[in-house]
Amino acid sequence: MKLNLPPSCCPARSALALAWCAALSVFSASARAENTDPLEGFNRSMFAVHEGIDHAVMKPLAQGYDAAVPLPAKMSVGNFYSNLWEVSRSGNAFLQGKGSNGLTGLGRLLINSTVGIFGLFDVASELGLEEGNEDFGQTLAVWGVPDGPYLFLPVLGPNNARDLVGWGVDQYTYPLWQQVEDKPVLRNSLGVLSFVKTRANLLPVDTVIDEAALDRYAYIRSAYQQRRAALINDGVPPRPVEDDDDYNNNR
Amino acid sequence: MKRFFVLTFLMFMATGLVSNGVALAQALTPDALVKSVTDDVLKTVRQDKDIQNGNSQKTIALVQAKVLPSFNFNRMTSLAVGRDWNKATPQQKEQLTNLFRDLLVRTYSNALSSYRDQTVRYKPFTMQPEETDVLVRTEVLQPGGRPIQLDYSLNLVDKGKDGGWKVYDVVVGGVSLVTNYRDTFAQEVRNGGIDGLIQSLADKNRALEKKAQDAQKR
Repeated sequence: MKLNLPPSCCPARSALALAWCAALSVFSASARAENTDPLEGFNRSMFAVHEGIDHAVMKPLAQGYDAAVPLPAKMSVGNFYSNLWEVSRSGNAFLQGKGSNGLTGLGRLLINSTVGIFGLFDVASELGLEEGNEDFGQTLAVWGVPDGPYLFLPVLGPNNARDLVGWGVDQYTYPLWQQVEDKPVLRNSLGVLSFVKTRANLLPVDTVIDEAALDRYAYIRSAYQQRRAALINDGVPPRPVEDDDDYNNNR
Repeated sequence: MKRFFVLTFLMFMATGLVSNGVALAQALTPDALVKSVTDDVLKTVRQDKDIQNGNSQKTIALVQAKVLPSFNFNRMTSLAVGRDWNKATPQQKEQLTNLFRDLLVRTYSNALSSYRDQTVRYKPFTMQPEETDVLVRTEVLQPGGRPIQLDYSLNLVDKGKDGGWKVYDVVVGGVSLVTNYRDTFAQEVRNGGIDGLIQSLADKNRALEKKAQDAQKR
């Protein structure tokens, strides 16, 4: 099976989105319930590639950013990107039938884009409008699309087939990428900054994984799958049970 | 004479019941337990410069003194091992529990020493009087970051004076600490049996111990 995936984190073109949809249908057919990671061999080698790149480039960049940029500036960078994600978060809330969350998102976008000066300050949270966490992968899940196989890709990190499609759609509809589409230098700079700040946010997690995991690959896979399940379920965590037949039957 | 025996028997029963009742009454409700342990630990961390500077021995001592008594490691381990738990002998179960506990204590202690200006918000909690398995939900607020959901699963352990509510799982942002080990543990058992898992855990703890010692020397 050949993977057709984007080489960069920049905005997806419709052709790529189509390729993902094709990938999804192929994968969801091969996935079924018996094993959530049928591509483990491929994934583990991609994981090794990823860790190499991360160690050499991404983590040092993130550490540099984390050390050099003062906290208020980091907060504003995060807020700026996050504010524009409100379009997708709110849209996906509507698509999942959560009207009030969608409206809250729109309210947040309105307030933070104006009073919050282009989203640099998260005024809406101070006013009690809490940020949601929705994306198109979750919407697909709510619509009944299965996870598909787990996919670990270098630079992009942990994913499953469905959420990779969702990610592509979200990137495609992200207003910032649309605004800078024909300005390559600005687009690439914003893309890299977005990437670096995301990686910097994950720095504290590195230490925990280093210490806690017997097998980093399996630990991250499990955390990713649990996290996605919780988000789809709107943050209500699953409870572990003594004799998890579903779980064991999957082995 | 017969009446005496009956009386003594009843008295024994009564003392048993009373002491049991007192133990349960003294035991905190689950949300109060989580709050009291969290506040207690965070207060200590805030005041202790050694812990903030990464003195792992001192942090581990703190966790052992204040956090361990409220955790049910036996249950945590059995849940993490899953179905293979039944394959383990009592001795293996004890080994697994001790090793897993050491691993969790060390991981948790190191996460704690990076604690700075976070505050914990306790979400509203209600439970039915007959419930014995509950979820206490909190949120860690950190400056410059989004709030992190931190939930605790507790069950009621009824064992004399050590009885009461015990935490058997910690869920961070929807990720259960216990469930997160299941894949790895199942894989270790498939590869090397229960003893293989014991060996892996022991190796991991030794590696962490060595790393901590090296850090101390520097």
